[in-house]
Amino acid sequence: MTLKQTPLNVAHRAMGAKMVDFGGWDMPLHYGSQIDEHHQVRRDAGMFDVSHMRTLDMRGEGVRDFLRYLLANNVDKLQSSGKALYSCLLRSDGGVIDDLIVYFMDEEWFRIVVNAGTADNDIAWMIEQATVRAPQLQITPRKDLAMIAVQGPNAAAKLWLALPGSQALAEGLKPFNAVEWNSMFIARTGYTGEDGFEIILPATTAPSFWQTLNDAGVKPIGLGARDTLRLEAGMNLYGHDMDETINPLEAGLAWTVDLVSERDFIGKAALVAKPRARKLVGLVLQDRGVLRDHQVVSSIHGDGEITSGSFSPTLNQSIALARVPSAVQMGDMVQVAVRDKMLAAKVVKYPFVRNGISLI
Amino acid sequence: MSNSNSLPGNLKYTASHEWVNKETDGTITIGITQHAQELLGDMVFVESPAVGRQLKAKEECAIAESVKAAADLYAPVTGVVVAINSELGDTPEKINTDPYSAWIFKMKPDNAADVDALLDASAYQTLVDSEAH
Repeated sequence: MTLKQTPLNVAHRAMGAKMVDFGGWDMPLHYGSQIDEHHQVRRDAGMFDVSHMRTLDMRGEGVRDFLRYLLANNVDKLQSSGKALYSCLLRSDGGVIDDLIVYFMDEEWFRIVVNAGTADNDIAWMIEQATVRAPQLQITPRKDLAMIAVQGPNAAAKLWLALPGSQALAEGLKPFNAVEWNSMFIARTGYTGEDGFEIILPATTAPSFWQTLNDAGVKPIGLGARDTLRLEAGMNLYGHDMDETINPLEAGLAWTVDLVSERDFIGKAALVAKPRARKLVGLVLQDRGVLRDHQVVSSIHGDGEITSGSFSPTLNQSIALARVPSAVQMGDMVQVAVRDKMLAAKVVKYPFVRNGISLI
Repeated sequence: MSNSNSLPGNLKYTASHEWVNKETDGTITIGITQHAQELLGDMVFVESPAVGRQLKAKEECAIAESVKAAADLYAPVTGVVVAINSELGDTPEKINTDPYSAWIFKMKPDNAADVDALLDASAYQTLVDSEAH
């Protein structure tokens, strides 16, 4: 099978990237050292090619009403143009089809960014739902667009260096807001726990913008560091921390689900009916070693499983997200089966790191 | 990180990507190759075998963990573990920066001829090249 390429494929190779098959995409794992890249983002600024993620535009009369029903979070929270919301897309049984960010632009235009591996499935689901409830809507996958994330404490300063005239915008744009600037769509969002931006731009201009950012001192960061950064930031990864067999309440995403208002949405009845038996917690390994996905977690309340485990370069020890019985409490000690050993881990509240600072 | 241009010719190698150095005192020193560390990426943890442990050739005996993955190390020959490199406990990244100096453990082989039968540099290079595609 031929791997799919983003518009920055040539640029990655020119920068010495170690390329890997990432869900059918030929993507940079690192450009030398994953740990150095991790620290670069925590201490300065780095850029990520996230063009494999899919931008969709949903346009037409009644788009807000449709999204009120389609998404688990409530788009009525979005009242000013450019405001963004994180939400799950649920099946009627409450299973998570995907997690996404939706931007309100105007009453006839919302923009949605979904994960790469789930994009085709998401679009088919949205079209199926829209055919029944809102056939007037146009749902357009924007394969003509690329996306570059610029993240880190110096992201804002370096972005305006790279985009002359953007200083007021870069400094004034509030977190979880987006603005259109020339041919770019600039959102103050990210997946690292640092300040930063996700910039959606025409695929044709992505390579030159990538180079301009590089010239402004923003270093390229691979998917390896992207994963350790998001794990330290306590952000879920679709396919690891949740999937179609897991509901958002058992994936630490209750804060994104509105069960209070009168609003009906796909999956609501199932979430209301289903008792929550498990929850997502953070683990910090007390022994030497590295926690990994799918390792079994033993507690006095029963077994659980690590959903995302790795080494935290900021904390210099291993951390994980784990789904455990609801009775497990913060501060509890649990045992994790690592190969032939049982290693001690402490249950903690996540995020582990925010804005470069350890919260553990 | 660039590819290794040349493998040290004085070392022996295994198909599981360990390097083996014959010391003058009859022991052997074992680490992982440049190729192996490149595949694994940034090292964060090494679990060494206990000194005194008897190992059979190709027995799993140590673990090198990177941010990305855990890799087993195998005894290149039958023998006994006589030393481990405790420096790697605090500085596992030395395996990335200088894989042929960052030894992991030492063995005394039961039979010195077993070491001579391991891959030489050119045979190991052929193996690495064949794995590339």
